Amino acid sequence: MKLTKTLLASTALTVAAGSAFAQDMADSMTLVSWGGAYQASQDKAYAQPYVAEHPDVTVSWDESSNEAVAKLRAMNEAGNITWDLVDVVAADAIRLCDEGLAMEYDPDELLAPADDGTDASDDFGDLIVSDCFIPQIVYSTTVGYRTDLVGDTPPTEICALFDMDAYPGKRALEKRPINNMEWALYCDGVAKDDIYDVLETPEGQDQALAKLDTIKDQVVWWSAGADTPQLLADGEVVMGSTYNGRLFSVIEEQDQPVGMLWDMQVFDLDGWIIPTGLSDEALARVKDFVYFATDTQRLADQAKYISYGPARMSSAPLVGQHADLGIDMAPHMPTDPENSKNTLLYNYEFWADYRDDIDAKFQAWLAQ
Amino acid sequence: MTQASAEGDASGPMLAADGTPLKKSLARALRLQKMRALMLIAPLLLFVLVTFIAPIADMLFRSVENEIVSETLPRTTAALADWDGQGLPPEGVYEDAFYDLYMAAERKEHTRLGTRLNYEMTGASSLMRKSGRGLDDIGEVYQDQFEDLDKNWDEAQPWAELMGDPEWLTDQAAWEKGDRMPKFTLRDGIADLLPKTAEQYEAFALYQQEEEAKSPLKEEPWSAVHTALYEDLKAGDLSGYTGPRAEMLIAADALVDSPDFETVSFADGFVEMDEDWAQPEIWKTIKLYAPDYTSGYFLNSVDMQLTPEGVEMRPENERIYILLFKRTIFMSLVITGSCILLAYPVAYILSNLPSRQANLLMILVLLPFWTSLLVRTSAWKVMLQQQGVINDVLVWLGLIADDSRLVMINNQFGTIVAMTHILLPFMILPMYSVMSTIPPTYVRAAKSLGATNWTTFWRVYFPQSIPGIGAGSILVFILSIGYYITPEIVGGTTGTFISNRIAYHISSSLNWGLAAALGAILLAVVLILYWAYDRIVGIDNVKLG
Amino acid sequence: MPDTGASDAFVAFERVQKSYDGETLVVKDLNLSLPKGEFLTMLGPSGSGKTTCLMMLAGFETATHGEIKLDGVSINNIPPHKRGIGMVFQNYALFPHMTVAENLAFPLEVRKIGKSDREAKVKRALDMVEMGDFGSRRPAQLSGGQQQRIALARALVFEPELVLMDEPLGALDKQLREKMQFEITNLAHSLGITTVYVTHDQTEALTMSDRVAVFNDGRIQQLAPPDELYEAPSNSFVAQFIGENNTLEGTVTQLKGDHCTVQLENGAMIDAKPVNVTEVGQKTRVSIRPERVEVNPELGPDAHTLKAKVLEFVYMGDIFRTRLEVAGNREFVIKTRNRADQERLKPGQEVNIGWLPEDCRALDAD
Repeated sequence: MKLTKTLLASTALTVAAGSAFAQDMADSMTLVSWGGAYQASQDKAYAQPYVAEHPDVTVSWDESSNEAVAKLRAMNEAGNITWDLVDVVAADAIRLCDEGLAMEYDPDELLAPADDGTDASDDFGDLIVSDCFIPQIVYSTTVGYRTDLVGDTPPTEICALFDMDAYPGKRALEKRPINNMEWALYCDGVAKDDIYDVLETPEGQDQALAKLDTIKDQVVWWSAGADTPQLLADGEVVMGSTYNGRLFSVIEEQDQPVGMLWDMQVFDLDGWIIPTGLSDEALARVKDFVYFATDTQRLADQAKYISYGPARMSSAPLVGQHADLGIDMAPHMPTDPENSKNTLLYNYEFWADYRDDIDAKFQAWLAQ
Repeated sequence: MTQASAEGDASGPMLAADGTPLKKSLARALRLQKMRALMLIAPLLLFVLVTFIAPIADMLFRSVENEIVSETLPRTTAALADWDGQGLPPEGVYEDAFYDLYMAAERKEHTRLGTRLNYEMTGASSLMRKSGRGLDDIGEVYQDQFEDLDKNWDEAQPWAELMGDPEWLTDQAAWEKGDRMPKFTLRDGIADLLPKTAEQYEAFALYQQEEEAKSPLKEEPWSAVHTALYEDLKAGDLSGYTGPRAEMLIAADALVDSPDFETVSFADGFVEMDEDWAQPEIWKTIKLYAPDYTSGYFLNSVDMQLTPEGVEMRPENERIYILLFKRTIFMSLVITGSCILLAYPVAYILSNLPSRQANLLMILVLLPFWTSLLVRTSAWKVMLQQQGVINDVLVWLGLIADDSRLVMINNQFGTIVAMTHILLPFMILPMYSVMSTIPPTYVRAAKSLGATNWTTFWRVYFPQSIPGIGAGSILVFILSIGYYITPEIVGGTTGTFISNRIAYHISSSLNWGLAAALGAILLAVVLILYWAYDRIVGIDNVKLG
Repeated sequence: MPDTGASDAFVAFERVQKSYDGETLVVKDLNLSLPKGEFLTMLGPSGSGKTTCLMMLAGFETATHGEIKLDGVSINNIPPHKRGIGMVFQNYALFPHMTVAENLAFPLEVRKIGKSDREAKVKRALDMVEMGDFGSRRPAQLSGGQQQRIALARALVFEPELVLMDEPLGALDKQLREKMQFEITNLAHSLGITTVYVTHDQTEALTMSDRVAVFNDGRIQQLAPPDELYEAPSNSFVAQFIGENNTLEGTVTQLKGDHCTVQLENGAMIDAKPVNVTEVGQKTRVSIRPERVEVNPELGPDAHTLKAKVLEFVYMGDIFRTRLEVAGNREFVIKTRNRADQERLKPGQEVNIGWLPEDCRALDAD
């Protein structure tokens, strides 16, 4: 729309004006993230270098990302936005954008071009799944298993989840339909490309639930990312789904007898959104920070601390070694060609539409 | 005082010494006291009102509030009111929807509407998002043709001259950033000449002025205005027009009438954007949810739904809330019951010990309070899980086989155990405070009258401790009915409560209306139970000490 | 009052001791027996051991040593509910969740008495305390005096042979208390029940009892009928505790039969009856009741008198209460009846006082 373009052009002007007059920037920033190792990696890769360059700026962290959507809505209704930059998963970013709670931006104005001059919009490519979403990392939901509980033939593909004969024991799955329904259909013989077409229909949803029914009484349902690693470490489950970074930490950092599958890993994105309604000073500061924190080198740096893939194509070759363990991080990235032979990308459009409906069915199915 | 007033004359009211009615005099005397009392509690009252009552009232209001549909689509909902609901609505409704959605898209409100409608109709979310992007496809058909005819049709100034009041034009031209902008006014007669265009242009100009703080003299109108212009030109003949920009308008009028002029019906344009617009469902849903208030959320909370055919049960495989309500109440009762059983002996011993020992034991009772709820719940996880402490001990003792370890967590059992433990102090404390006020002489009296220990307990001690049980039970029951952290962590799928769904709808699905309706029902259940308790046991029989 | 040996005693304490903490005795070597039908009051200051004795008898406390017998049988090991002793408590202990009638029926119910029989007995007991119309009320709806009557009726309704009362009138106002004292004694005597009554109010003890046991420091100081207790206290504690009393300290200078002479600290000599003094030179405390002191007495020629100075004169209606300074004691009180010819002393006035030697008892010095 033309209007949008004019809007964005004027925004760009504001940015230019903002950077020209540094005194107009706020000198403190509240960043919202997920806590734990992930937030630590952001602090080390983005915030600390930024503060080193701008010693007068104080950065504080708020570990509220898992309830960011609800809190932002509440803040917006109260007319008092206390957050400057919020880390959310892409699906939440889309909803925040839909609700008008996140600010739309122009990637080529707000974000730095790649080192070779490629525009940010091309460097990030399709990963900018919403007009408000500033991608940061690619992570995946995949399956880990206990190497000592799966016998001589460790699982190699996702459908081991449903193979109670070969791999008896409990499984940990997330207490929501997303990912589980896709895997169930895939393992019930639906071709990968048809999964969402099938899942759109009530019959397809029933089919997925029927497949899940075959393992239902052996499933421990998790709702926090830390659950599956813990359940695996305790030997409570034989296998379970979780984020690849969590599995990396269980396997490489804690040295537990755990292995992981890369088959049918579901790619998802995590990134920043800028809340609407910030003051001009706060917005100027946040834009300055985002420009810095999403450049090619910074995104590659984050991978030193956590095994999530940088969202910029140009960052991939710069990914080095783990800061403490000294191992090459590239093979642990979900985006590594070796790991991404058979993958699924989270279908944001589909789940935005079907989430309420399928979730109702899924919860009813769970409760029975 | 007269004789009559002193004795209370039957024919008139009692009078005070000064002759005013006694009641009035008394009321005046009491008013001052009341005012003072009110002043004393005013800060708390205000605090409670602002931080508690008002948010709850606001939240409950959301359970019926539904203004978003009619506010976002004012014309469409008005037009749909006359629609009989058969087949697809007429072209006029599509036209109204075009203008409504165009405005909504400019204001970024169409996606919120999509989210709202998606609760009722799967797919509405992406339909609205797609439509927001696709509306220009319709408008640009006309915009491009007008532009090809005359570049001025894509310029801000000529449009403003055509539509705007000359006086306003002068004022607006003189406007500088920072000043107050002169409010846009339509030129005399233009609304009769080009009714739709005038309406759309006015909406555009006011939006620029008010929302964007931009001068309509500098902003080219959006394509909805061109679309409206086409509609007006098609409907009327403007060859005789003599006002500003006459040749531009007359040329456009001629263009529209020429057979080469490309047109697109709104209905076709909508279907082009998304095929769902060709389905009656979306129209029926909009019509159904057009009123400002809806029972939809409440129906949804009891596994029903509002359909064009009326209220009906949801499909079998989507019914969950009634089940969860029943389960929540049942499990809360079980938790309350097990709290009573465990707390009673403890409270009894505490109340009969010398105060020094009682205080020490009381600290042990209160100790869990000083630990975070999350830590306590996680501790139960470690205790109860299959590779956990209790199972390990049982296996070690040889009571169960290693391969048949007990499943004590992620089910109702785990929830009941963990919540009983967590809520136990809320039962012990009121019981203790009631029991310690029961004088030991009652027990002695009963024994001296010949009652055995059991009879003494059951007939004399127990009835007097009931207020404590009542208070504890109400506390524990009400707390547990609204608990969600512990069931979430140890409840698995069969041990979760209705509050887990409320939390999900508040923080995850953002369906606050449904969450509010569920919360309102939960509140009503608690109030009904409270009322029933009052009727059966009597609320006077509740003591916290 | 028949002389009661331990053999035919209905209730008997034999060498009973009680200690709560294993270090101090609250009841020291108690021997007490009372015959059937007697109204015995245990009187003493708080902490004197009287309530402990009552509780041991009721079975709520166990004796550390010694035996308690009821009708000749040791009841040390019988639980309270099998002793069949009626008891009235200080705050009545009426069960608040039961009506008056239910309260009264309770002891009958636990004794498995049939319903009709039970109702008859409850009615009779209520009538007995003149509370026949109050059966359906709750205790909280009754006044203190009414509750007290119900408590009494409840303790009596199952026809116990022994009734214990633990300061039952303590919470009542003075007028009501006096009325109830009268009613309780009447009831006890007419029913012929044995009563052990605990109080710290000496008036109550004196007016109600057949015999009073004065407790102090875990021991019975004196066990005697009220008149003997008042007129012939056997030690200075009893003398002090029962009624108003004047004491003067001195040394025995002469001792002959039931007469002795005591020299006070200021040198003045008085006549007294030796009670706890056995030899000349012993320190003693003499005790004289205020109403037995005479002002400007006309006694025998060899009788001693004392000089006194009037400090205060109080008009009390039926009597005059005059405070004097006697031999350095500024708390010496005399009471004179309000007769038409009775002189009203004025503060500052100097008078002579004296008494009959048998009214002045030379007791122990402690």
